[in-house]
Amino acid sequence: MSKFKKKKKGMPGISTASLPDIVFMLLFFFMVTTVMRETDLKVKQTIPFATEVKKLERKSLVSYIYVGKIEGQGGDKIQLNDRISSVEDIKYFIFAERETHSEDEIPLLTTSIKADINSSVGTITDIKEELRNINALKINYSTRKGDITKNK
Amino acid sequence: MAKRDIPEINAGSMADIAFLLLIFFLVTTTMDVDTGISRKLTEKQDSDIKPPKLKEKNVFIVTVNRNNDLLIEGIKFIQVDELREEVIKFIDNGGGLGNPIDGAEPAECEWCEGEKDPASSDHPNKAVISLESDRGTSYGTYISVQNELVGAYTDLRNRLSKKLYGVTYTELLKQSKNDMQNESLKEKIKNIKKKYPQIISEAEPTK
Repeated sequence: MSKFKKKKKGMPGISTASLPDIVFMLLFFFMVTTVMRETDLKVKQTIPFATEVKKLERKSLVSYIYVGKIEGQGGDKIQLNDRISSVEDIKYFIFAERETHSEDEIPLLTTSIKADINSSVGTITDIKEELRNINALKINYSTRKGDITKNK
Repeated sequence: MAKRDIPEINAGSMADIAFLLLIFFLVTTTMDVDTGISRKLTEKQDSDIKPPKLKEKNVFIVTVNRNNDLLIEGIKFIQVDELREEVIKFIDNGGGLGNPIDGAEPAECEWCEGEKDPASSDHPNKAVISLESDRGTSYGTYISVQNELVGAYTDLRNRLSKKLYGVTYTELLKQSKNDMQNESLKEKIKNIKKKYPQIISEAEPTK
């Protein structure tokens, strides 16, 4: 037996003990920065571009109305939550939304209209008229930041 | 008492559990920031209330037809990218006396840099932009027009703010958002808003 033991050949294993820590860190990052997806889009949309955009603050106070076309069907369709609805349903949608908020938050509720570039203004006007009828006056036209010449 | 060895718990599967959770969150959540043009709708009026009388020269009419063509003041066809300039020219004209501010006597617009054309708007607080659209107008064009109208006001406010306080209005807004308690910033914003109030009226679209 020699005094110097020969070392075994081969790579030493890399410790994976810190892997859970790293993954947990990532997990917490995503939990904090993201919000739950609420609805599946049923209508096809390309959101228009604009330069004078503002960020929507406090997402819990925003309710969304989606407008777009469905393949194979003519005309603009309105989607509320997960359902294709008619203009008359908007008031019930907003009332239901108001139910979930406290009294003092109601004037702050915003309705965001997410509409396709090619939908017609008539549909949007009908929606706005409906919102006016029930006094939901804060609205937001959802747009992406970009050059308006792309809106053709 | 004999010392008892506590067996170590194997944490090897911890990573798997964490990964599983991570992937679940990646799939069910979204990160997109919602942006858009904010608007306040007008309250519903009783039908017997008469609309206020406005001088024709204080109203700037923008008409968009179903072929997405733009017409201003009922006489001139323009492209969307020319609209902002026309609107600025109209608002900033300052050809006469404005509505009284804070109970003071009606005065001329001292901060306007327009041509002071008597045939155009009197004062930024009297100037009204009226947007008429057709039911068949495409939403993309409609947003472009809205954007240009808001943009015109932002440009004017930026210019005035730069002159008065050395920073743009957009910058003021940003600062105020980071520093909610700062009253002097709020005062500045209020002042600028008062000097160039955003008055955009939307007519019922033609059928």
